[in-house]
Amino acid sequence: MIQISLNINGEDFDVDVSPDLTLLDLLRELGFHSVKKGCGEGDCGACGVIMDGIYCKSCLVLAMQANGRDVFTVESMGDVNDPHPLQQAFVDEGAVQCGYCIPSMLLAADVLLSENEDPTDDEIKEALDGNLCRCTGYVKQIAAVKKAAKMMREEENDAE
Amino acid sequence: MTLNNWKTVGTNVRKVDGLALATGGSLFVNDLLDEDYLFGAILTSPHAHARIISIDTSAAEALDGVYTILHHENVQRVPHTTAGQGYPEPSPYDAVMFDNKVRYVGDRVAAVAASNEEIARKALSLIKVQYEVLEPVFDPLTAISEGAPVIHDQDDAKVIIPVFYDKSRNMPAKVETSVGNVDEGFAQADVIVEDVFETHYGHHCPIEPHVTYTKLDPHGRLIITTSTQVPFHVRRIVAQVCQIPVRKIRVIKPRIGGGFGGKQEILLEDVCSMLTLRTGMPVLLNYNREEEFVSSRTRHPSRCYTKVGVKNDGTITAIRLHVLLNTGAYGSHALTVGSNAGSKVLPMYPCENIDFKMEAAYTNLPVGGAYRGYGATQAVYGLEVLIDEAARRIGMDPVEFRKKNHIKSGQGSPIFKALGEGTEGVEMTIGSCGLDKCIELGAEAIGWGHKDPPSHPSKKRGKGCAILMQGSSIPHVDMGSATLKLNDDGSFNLLMGATDLGTGSDTILSQIAAEEIGVSIDMIIPLSSDTDVTPFDVGAYASSTTYLSGMAVKKTAALIRHQILETASEMLGSPVSALDIDDGVIKGGSREITLGDVGLHSLYGENQHQIIASASHITEKSPPPFAAHFVEVEVDEDTGSVEVLHYVAAVDCGTAIHPKLAEGQTEGAVANGLSYALTEQYFFNEKGRMLNPNFGHYKIFSSSDMPKMTTILVPTYEATGPYGAKSVSEISINGALPAIANAIQDAVGVRIASGPFSPDKVLAAMAKKS
Ligand code: FES
Ligand code: FES
Repeated sequence: MIQISLNINGEDFDVDVSPDLTLLDLLRELGFHSVKKGCGEGDCGACGVIMDGIYCKSCLVLAMQANGRDVFTVESMGDVNDPHPLQQAFVDEGAVQCGYCIPSMLLAADVLLSENEDPTDDEIKEALDGNLCRCTGYVKQIAAVKKAAKMMREEENDAE
Repeated sequence: MTLNNWKTVGTNVRKVDGLALATGGSLFVNDLLDEDYLFGAILTSPHAHARIISIDTSAAEALDGVYTILHHENVQRVPHTTAGQGYPEPSPYDAVMFDNKVRYVGDRVAAVAASNEEIARKALSLIKVQYEVLEPVFDPLTAISEGAPVIHDQDDAKVIIPVFYDKSRNMPAKVETSVGNVDEGFAQADVIVEDVFETHYGHHCPIEPHVTYTKLDPHGRLIITTSTQVPFHVRRIVAQVCQIPVRKIRVIKPRIGGGFGGKQEILLEDVCSMLTLRTGMPVLLNYNREEEFVSSRTRHPSRCYTKVGVKNDGTITAIRLHVLLNTGAYGSHALTVGSNAGSKVLPMYPCENIDFKMEAAYTNLPVGGAYRGYGATQAVYGLEVLIDEAARRIGMDPVEFRKKNHIKSGQGSPIFKALGEGTEGVEMTIGSCGLDKCIELGAEAIGWGHKDPPSHPSKKRGKGCAILMQGSSIPHVDMGSATLKLNDDGSFNLLMGATDLGTGSDTILSQIAAEEIGVSIDMIIPLSSDTDVTPFDVGAYASSTTYLSGMAVKKTAALIRHQILETASEMLGSPVSALDIDDGVIKGGSREITLGDVGLHSLYGENQHQIIASASHITEKSPPPFAAHFVEVEVDEDTGSVEVLHYVAAVDCGTAIHPKLAEGQTEGAVANGLSYALTEQYFFNEKGRMLNPNFGHYKIFSSSDMPKMTTILVPTYEATGPYGAKSVSEISINGALPAIANAIQDAVGVRIASGPFSPDKVLAAMAKKS
């Protein structure tokens, strides 16, 4: 067992982990259930998290490697009473079917919008390319990211 | 179309579970575990066909942390089907929990429950199994030929309804039916077109693999929380296989991460339950992605011999369709998928002479099962390709040919009666049919008859189309029911057996209840699929939820509305006939009261009682949704690669209760159909082992693979459905194979008669032509 410290959604955690535990399994054990397992092999993207500002697949990261890092999951974005514009837009546009792929897709979209506040369809497709969804055909999710981007730009303009 | 002034139906209300899902709520089976539970794991067969001579679990049992091991010597042998169908099931009883024989690579051998995953997997590796390896058979035609090894040689395999079953010839199902005289029909034809079309293995690929969690409650009842499309069938079949009474079992379906037919099967629930019954401990059992590909269920591969005769004026004189279905090692859904290959395809073109035959073959390969499209996917491919060919040969535009020949409102088909779910079907005439409009709008959206120049001199462009139909529920077989209960704030609990597998049925069924009662959707609290709490429903399959369960909800809502008005009538002193409910307010004469007033009064005022209603619904018919799909492709003549540039799906699903969800169903089905047609493929080695059981090598479409996509909903009104609705979920998975094949033909002049349309296959076809 190895002791590690990491920050998850703004909260510090000190935990003992075995050397082969993945970050995915650690996060789920700690109750961050938005992080899903769809393959455990880096192929589906359901386990996506943001680590030190970079979107990554947590099934490919060992918990040890997250030592000293900041990890964000979708739980940090918003809640049912106060959803993030992306969460709101995904629901309003019909982009959420079963929802299994959605938390990590939202994080991937969030990283995109933090770098590009007005992405094109192709840029969105590229950003979401690592997140497999079998329910939707991605059409509504692309529309939702565009809508959220617009909402966020407007919010920013209002704030100025 | 009828004019309406609906307030909720037909609008894009917020999906009731949308925000909880988008904010990462603990809603799925894996999120609902107790602190302590055992981890279950299944040992599978390395051989395609073998007898188990001996099984030695002593080393595994000696391992610290191993609680129990199940195998054929210590578990009761109960023949059953894993297909989650209504009782009596049309699928053969050819499975037992563990057998002394294995029939494909991936078949169950033993199961273990241990304190964690690592120990469970270690224990599996310590189980010593001695096999007598038998000759396997992989080709379906060989399997049903004289002298083939018999895959189900056990005495107790049987069917429980009076249908064909010949295990000695590896034939779990066979259906034949004919109308008119096909030979005469072909003799009258000016042009005859025919070919054998092959469809391949495919997997549902829900992003959440199968997962089940079982435990005993303090009363000793078995609680099964499972990712299923069929909670009530799970309860019945687990009771049967584990030999415990139904009353001892509660099945809960939480949110589930996609199903597409793959979760209409009892795959983990029986084993997980038995592990809990043996140990008294909670057990989690799931498939990893590899097991999901290999050991769950697949789309039945098929060979469809298809032949069409037409006259020069475009009249179809005869159709012959002979389907050979490979059902793999078990006959799950074989009879019904095979029958649906006829019944969901042939009625599309009324024709006096039809000859249909379906034979299913056991082979030592992965097992077929229910999969969105259910037989129609397989058979419509060849038929729609030949319809194009026939039109071309008589010099008629394929779109015009389809417009002339497709089934119209008011027409029937003898096929509806001839082919049911394994037995006879029911007679039916088409009520709503928006195919003409679908064809017209779809052709316009794709720019039919117009060819743009290719993007590169080595490429050629082409356009293709296909028309489709499916069904809406199984008449006289499926049943759905619902309960509504009024609370003291005017809200309603809507309890229903209907199973939301991510499709949004909790939302659209709430819309139907809200509309019928006259309240906003916020006042409906849906709860689906808990066998202790909700009334029965067959589950989410056969495109039945909107049409069938929706009607059950509508009836229930009408009943409770009447009860509300009766109580309100006492409260207001006005007759029921003078009252109306509008947005939760009951108006009668000069006074008005709210539903909250009625709820409070009913629970605490005079004549106290619970306002509550239940209703069930069965159907007399299965009205088909219709669709016309159009596609534009670009084929690279140097590499053979096929790029889809634009896909148009125009769909008549009757009234779309929630248009955005109906579009979403269509887009998702098209995406799945496209990747099945172009990239998805099982590769096997010569021993029957799947070589690519992962998303890295089994390619499903990601966002950047999707072409431009246009979805057009064509409203019609189906008088027998709730607010005019029919089904929408399955139909659009069927279009990509034929429409793309027709577009390839248009682009480079070759017919591709087997999926997927991989570059090497296209190149080979072009080489053969030149
Ligand atoms: S679970 Fe990590 S990519 Fe699939
Ligand atoms: S919504 Fe089901 S997998 Fe994406």
